[in-house]
Amino acid sequence: MNGEPLVRWDWLFAHLGPIADRVVQHLYLAAIAVGIGFAISFALAALSIRRRRLFPLISILATGVYAIPSFALFAALVAVTGLSVLTAEIPLVLYTLVLFVPNIVAGFDAVPGDVLEAADGLGYTAGERWWRVELPLAVPLVVAGLRLATVSTIGLVTVSAILGNSLGGLGYYILDGYHRHFTTEILVGGLLSIGLAALADLGCVLLQRLLTPWAAARVAVR
Amino acid sequence: MDVFSATAQWLADPMHWQSANGIPARLFEHVALSAVSLILSGCVAMPLGLWIGHTGRFSWLVVSSANAWRALPSFALIGLLVPFTTVIDPNLGFTLYPTLIAMIVLAGPPVLVNAYQGVAGVDRDLVEAARAMGMRERQVLLGLEIPIALPVLATGVRSAAVQVIATATLGATFGFGGLGRFIVLGDANQDNGELFGGVVLVAALALLTQALFTLLERRLVSPGLATHTAG
Repeated sequence: MNGEPLVRWDWLFAHLGPIADRVVQHLYLAAIAVGIGFAISFALAALSIRRRRLFPLISILATGVYAIPSFALFAALVAVTGLSVLTAEIPLVLYTLVLFVPNIVAGFDAVPGDVLEAADGLGYTAGERWWRVELPLAVPLVVAGLRLATVSTIGLVTVSAILGNSLGGLGYYILDGYHRHFTTEILVGGLLSIGLAALADLGCVLLQRLLTPWAAARVAVR
Repeated sequence: MDVFSATAQWLADPMHWQSANGIPARLFEHVALSAVSLILSGCVAMPLGLWIGHTGRFSWLVVSSANAWRALPSFALIGLLVPFTTVIDPNLGFTLYPTLIAMIVLAGPPVLVNAYQGVAGVDRDLVEAARAMGMRERQVLLGLEIPIALPVLATGVRSAAVQVIATATLGATFGFGGLGRFIVLGDANQDNGELFGGVVLVAALALLTQALFTLLERRLVSPGLATHTAG
């Protein structure tokens, strides 16, 4: 814009400190949302596995939430909860539920019935069976949900920039750069937020390798 | 005044329905942008998905686009387009193009993925039987695979439409009008009536789109298939 170079490196190097702060805020906002969202989703999933009739209801609610634009939800909450971290977290957590719950339910559904019977036959208590058989076998799909939720949350954190300068993580730079017609800022905010999402995705893949070492071993043997 | 009555009052005010920047004008902008991006995107994604599903070639493209879609950061995408679109046109590149291009990108994957899955999921025995009867590849696709896959194709178009309608709201932050404009203005002027009026309108439009396309899907199912699944 305005015949300037695409990237003003001097601005970039002069602002490394604030940029790092924004990266930290971005990760902090995303981590809280994914953490709380995961806990709530696990409870909801456990509930809908026990009581099957609840699952369609939860699915419909989840789809309804997803149809509401994030932008509208953030803006609407400002009027209720003011300009606080809570205002950013409520929509972020809600959107993670939509991605987590179906994946967690599918993960536990995918555990074969004869495996469960074998575990019972070996004398596992219900708790042991859950912890040592069901949970490990559900991990791949649960982590698939974690990947989706983490990556999409990191993208959505940027939208919370519309709430004000104190929020938004790297989204602040996208919006501020747009208002000031300053390309460097837009690029910093946009590319770093996408980079963070990519790194988080990679992190989830590594986490899955760590949690399910037998999957890698099976590939190695073949 | 509480939020509910402020919103109701704002929505009921005839001035907001008659002025040049009123609700009908913003609604038109919103729907027009969404429709144009959906059509442009569909014209590429639909034939591509059908072809990939029919031939089985390049199916990795579909898988990776399905993954990328869920992760697509719309806000960052619109922002990142601005420096490039302003080079093309300093005015429209600052207001219209970033949102339009981002919506075209956003609408593609659901259409592509469903077109592929719909056609690839057609019973292979049926396809072999059609070929054995002497149908040409084009006839197999047009006369057999597409009619059977139609409900799946329609679902893809529906999720693209709902997603675009909902996400186009973001365009208001980047100089585009649409219904999101009321949310931006209501936020800036601390006018809860306008802010929530905008939220209500956007959510209603998204849900209405979902309902309309669901209705359309029902009508698209071939009667033969409908009785088959019912029976």
